[in-house]
Amino acid sequence: MSAPAVFFYLFGAAAVVSALAMVLNVRNTVAAAMSLVVTMISLAVVYVTLEAHLVAALQILVYAGAIVVVFLFVVMLLNLRRDTFAPSRQLLTKGAGVVLALGVAGAFLQLVPQALPTVQEIPPDFGSYAAVGRTLYRDFVLPFEVTSFLLLAAIVGAVVLAKRRLD
Amino acid sequence: MEVLLPVVLKTLFIIGVAVGAFAPVITWIERKQSAVMQDRIGANRADIAGITVLGLLHPLADVIKLLTKEDVVPAGANRVMHMLAPVIAAVPAIASFAVIPYGGIYQFGDTTVNLVVADLDWGLLYVFAIASIATYGTVIAGWASNNNWSLLGSLRASAQMISYEVTMGLSVVGVFMVFQTLRLTDMGVAQDSTFRIFGFLEHFGLVESLGFLGHLTLPSWGILLQPLGFIMFLTCVMAENKRAPFDLPEGESEIIAGYFLEYSGMRFGLFYMSEFIEVVVIAALMTAIFLGGWSIPWLSQADIIGGITPVFGAGVATALCMVLHVVTFFVKVIVMIWLQMQIRWTLPRPRYDQVMDLCWKVMLPLSLANILVTGLVILLIQGAKS
Repeated sequence: MSAPAVFFYLFGAAAVVSALAMVLNVRNTVAAAMSLVVTMISLAVVYVTLEAHLVAALQILVYAGAIVVVFLFVVMLLNLRRDTFAPSRQLLTKGAGVVLALGVAGAFLQLVPQALPTVQEIPPDFGSYAAVGRTLYRDFVLPFEVTSFLLLAAIVGAVVLAKRRLD
Repeated sequence: MEVLLPVVLKTLFIIGVAVGAFAPVITWIERKQSAVMQDRIGANRADIAGITVLGLLHPLADVIKLLTKEDVVPAGANRVMHMLAPVIAAVPAIASFAVIPYGGIYQFGDTTVNLVVADLDWGLLYVFAIASIATYGTVIAGWASNNNWSLLGSLRASAQMISYEVTMGLSVVGVFMVFQTLRLTDMGVAQDSTFRIFGFLEHFGLVESLGFLGHLTLPSWGILLQPLGFIMFLTCVMAENKRAPFDLPEGESEIIAGYFLEYSGMRFGLFYMSEFIEVVVIAALMTAIFLGGWSIPWLSQADIIGGITPVFGAGVATALCMVLHVVTFFVKVIVMIWLQMQIRWTLPRPRYDQVMDLCWKVMLPLSLANILVTGLVILLIQGAKS
């Protein structure tokens, strides 16, 4: 096996294990959030082995570096314990989770084998910031701008909801 | 094997110089410089058989003290997280050196030597990504210590670091636009040249009327092409490093020592060292992006090699040029370290809301304006050329 392949499987496995650790760790929310960070970083390494360098950098910069930090922030401030959640609701969420997981797994097993693309030679600048930038700002500039507008609307909405009284 | 060996050698060199030599020595420089600025003598007591070497033995004494101190884990603390936090804080600082070039690209016969561990196409993005991981060290340290002052410190640290990461990225976009690259080696090569100060007047046919002024050149360094970017980026990286005047996460007058309050011995030492390693990282990064990297002003690589080759031959000339460039790079790094120390001991600590206001209300709009103006100027120049 080539070195990228070794890293791909190694960090792919790490991503799966740490994701499971995050979901199954109900005792310690901060440790669960840290498992999520490990998942994000492992995914970034997987992206690097797939030559998607920009996505890898953004994965760490945005998800691991900013979003999960905000998660941690909230978790640390709320300081949630197990008994905060009522047991009956916990059972309900667990049941719903199992049903959903089975559904997703079924759809995955059915759809993925036919959706897998045939192996192709990738272009030389594949995944570089230049190639992604060209695609984003030339071919998909309208969806891109619309998305940024949507995000702006979401931020304004969040501020309005969070503030009791607008001054 | 022949692929790995140069990488290992380059890694050992940069880690040895930056972490092994620079970081300990600047703990001493910080004491001495602060002493000079406050009219004191400063660290000069640690000695071996009466020899003090200007107090340079103090870093050694510090290390011995830290290693032999008891490593206290407070009651009720999360042991594993408490142990991991200093490591998470220190590793990103050291890993940043992977993409910082400390010399250019040299041709020895058929072999090309380039003095950077990993010459990544997305080099600067890598630095930003790695730096964003360092936030976890402080956040986890504060939370795992089971101390409210620590938690307050780590909340301050995470808010401050996330906020300044945004402006840090935006303030160097102008540099990307000017040099048309994210690769730090390419930035260094681009800065190894000069531009005519009044060169833009050429399109109006006015250069000739200026006489000798029309031929005045400046090195095309980032600091001269993006002065506002330089100031803003320096501010942001200093805020990221959490040293005074941005040391609110420590704020000893308010929250004792902030996130590392419950750390002792070498674990505290690791936080302390990672702060100083980051000072070197910042200096090296600023040098690579804004101060021309390894280049010598008004003396390009071709000029140097061309000048020495008739005397010593091409091989020796290239090697000499390489040594000269590495030395130049580290001289610039030392200047940037001095500047950071000077700022650290000059400015007082502002209030926390003032730090956040500076980031979101002053630096963010300014960095966006900088991008806009840079884009307009680049379009104008391109328009004038075509």
